[in-house]
Amino acid sequence: MQRILSQMRRLVRTHAFRLASLYFAVFAVSVLGVLFFVYWMSADFVERQTQATLDAEISGLAEQFQQRGLSGLVQIVAARSAGDRGDGMLYLVTNSEGHPLAGNITGWPEGKPVAPGPIGFEVSVKAKAGQTEMHPAQGALLVIPDGYRLLVARDISDAALFRERIKMTLLWAGLVALGAGLVGGAVMGRNLLRRVEQVNRTAERVIGGNLSERVPVRGTADEFDQLAANLNSMLDQIERLMAGMREVSDNIAHDLRTPLSRLRARLELSLIGAPDAAAQSEAVRAAIDEADRLLATFNALLNIAEAESGARRDRAEPLDLAQTARAAAELYEPVAEEKGCALKLDVEPGIMIRGDRHLLSQAVANLLDNALKYGGGEVTLSAHQEDGRAALEVSDCGPGIPEAEREAVFDRFVRLEPSRSTPGNGLGLSLVRAVARLHNGTVRLGDNHPGLTVRLEFAALE
Amino acid sequence: MKLLVVEDDRETAAYLVKGLSEKGYTVDQSSDGREGLYLASSGSYDAIILDRMLPGMDGLALLGALRAAAIGTPSLILSALGSVDDRVKGLRAGGDDYLVKPFAFSELLARIEALLRRGAGTAATTKLRVADLELDLLTRSVKRGDATLDLLPREFQLLEYLMRNAGHVVTRTMLLEHVWDYHFDPQTNVIDVHVSRLRQKIDRNFERPLLHTVRGAGYCLRAPD
Repeated sequence: MQRILSQMRRLVRTHAFRLASLYFAVFAVSVLGVLFFVYWMSADFVERQTQATLDAEISGLAEQFQQRGLSGLVQIVAARSAGDRGDGMLYLVTNSEGHPLAGNITGWPEGKPVAPGPIGFEVSVKAKAGQTEMHPAQGALLVIPDGYRLLVARDISDAALFRERIKMTLLWAGLVALGAGLVGGAVMGRNLLRRVEQVNRTAERVIGGNLSERVPVRGTADEFDQLAANLNSMLDQIERLMAGMREVSDNIAHDLRTPLSRLRARLELSLIGAPDAAAQSEAVRAAIDEADRLLATFNALLNIAEAESGARRDRAEPLDLAQTARAAAELYEPVAEEKGCALKLDVEPGIMIRGDRHLLSQAVANLLDNALKYGGGEVTLSAHQEDGRAALEVSDCGPGIPEAEREAVFDRFVRLEPSRSTPGNGLGLSLVRAVARLHNGTVRLGDNHPGLTVRLEFAALE
Repeated sequence: MKLLVVEDDRETAAYLVKGLSEKGYTVDQSSDGREGLYLASSGSYDAIILDRMLPGMDGLALLGALRAAAIGTPSLILSALGSVDDRVKGLRAGGDDYLVKPFAFSELLARIEALLRRGAGTAATTKLRVADLELDLLTRSVKRGDATLDLLPREFQLLEYLMRNAGHVVTRTMLLEHVWDYHFDPQTNVIDVHVSRLRQKIDRNFERPLLHTVRGAGYCLRAPD
């Protein structure tokens, strides 16, 4: 009992319940309003019509009396009372004591006062099997001079029956409608509650650690669907970030542990055996070099993480991508020459975008570095603006990258060269991708036939 | 030359004091921000090396207070916070240079020397001279002896920076920052290639080289002994 009560209390507190109650209240009021109107238009209308007929009849007969006197009135009443005309009209003319002179009512209704205004009474009517039944009647009285009375009435048993029927019909219709409203409100409330519940349950499961949970989308494109879609894309973003973080910690575990243990081993080795000053200082120097490489890797990782977190988005400023490209090319031109590569520049002037100059320069430098290191032949750096997009491409004539591996090279520490004889840390393209994403741009690898083409695309400023 | 080191990490501080003393500097050290500010307020130092995160008072706040008191001692900020943003904040607060931890001692030394030279005041010169090498900032021409050298614009800037720091070690990072305005480490050592190109132009065909590579540190342009 206690539990049911507390459940009830919780139900009453829900928004869905309040909404459903409001819905039901509005529905009930409008249904009752309609029913009352129908009743008024039908049953009451009949009654009002009866009254109007009686009034008209009385005034008609009063006119007759004035023109033709009592005998004329008795004559007309007798004529009208003769036979059953089927309209249920009843007439009675009596003297001052109430003795009937003419009419189809047997006597003055018992106990009814002699006063003007509507009179309701019962009249006995011959039914089919020779029996009599009592029918309700409604009438009006006209007092004629010398104490004579004229009662005009109408058998209203049909109207009463009709009114009774209408009452019952409307009552049932009302009950059915209210029942439907109650059910409708409950269903609406439950649906609402269920969809909110779905969101809540998903959130609970996500909090519980299952990041791949998503709020179901019905495809109705209503507010709940929009809410679900927004929540889902938020969860997607969180999952991506979490995966990135996991990847970083995995990478640190794998790729920083190796050089660190190498560093440790090198220092330990220099302590083993007879002390030799020259060998020891050589070992220390090598250890410093190793530490520097580690630091460089560490810095590169931090750079990528910083770009990925989007923390520097507010540092974006209008800049000329063409100028950034030319500066990077100028930095690498002597390196290209030394390697015997031709570095070609194909840059359209004045390509304005919003961005972080330092990060973009580093991204372009990384691309040129890669092209000169792994590609070779003719390296082309081009920058163009087309259809509101700013595109920067670095192409080489080297071995290229097989299509199946093009996605993987963006991951941290991935190096396609199995021997790893060329110096590098496998972080260059990771930074390029992070920088592209930070600028809401894209980076794609393509085939240069032969060689590799890396294409960066950003939204251009008008 | 008298230096003030404000650094709370005992090991780093000891390393700095030892290294700088060996290079002939007189070094005072403080491990607290407030004490550091008190010492620096005397204005008797030639340069200040200061950590960013300090007990008592933040390094940037210290600098701000110092600059507000119109003490313009050249200062170098040492910090583990290495993003461009942090750098900009440090320089805005009144730092003259910013070095990210961990750093090579040779890098720190080269930067301190550069700071001290800047502090000594640079007269507005239009010509820089090292031995028989002459760089004219107005006509943007370079001569060695009687020969006119034909330099590209970037090579001119590179040489100008080396000549302004003549006789002192300049690191690769310093060149990248001051000549190219890049604040990242390129994977390939691109600076070496640029310097060797410049060397081709100023030292080839001449008996005594001026541009020297300092192993493990960087480059030095100096007159022959």
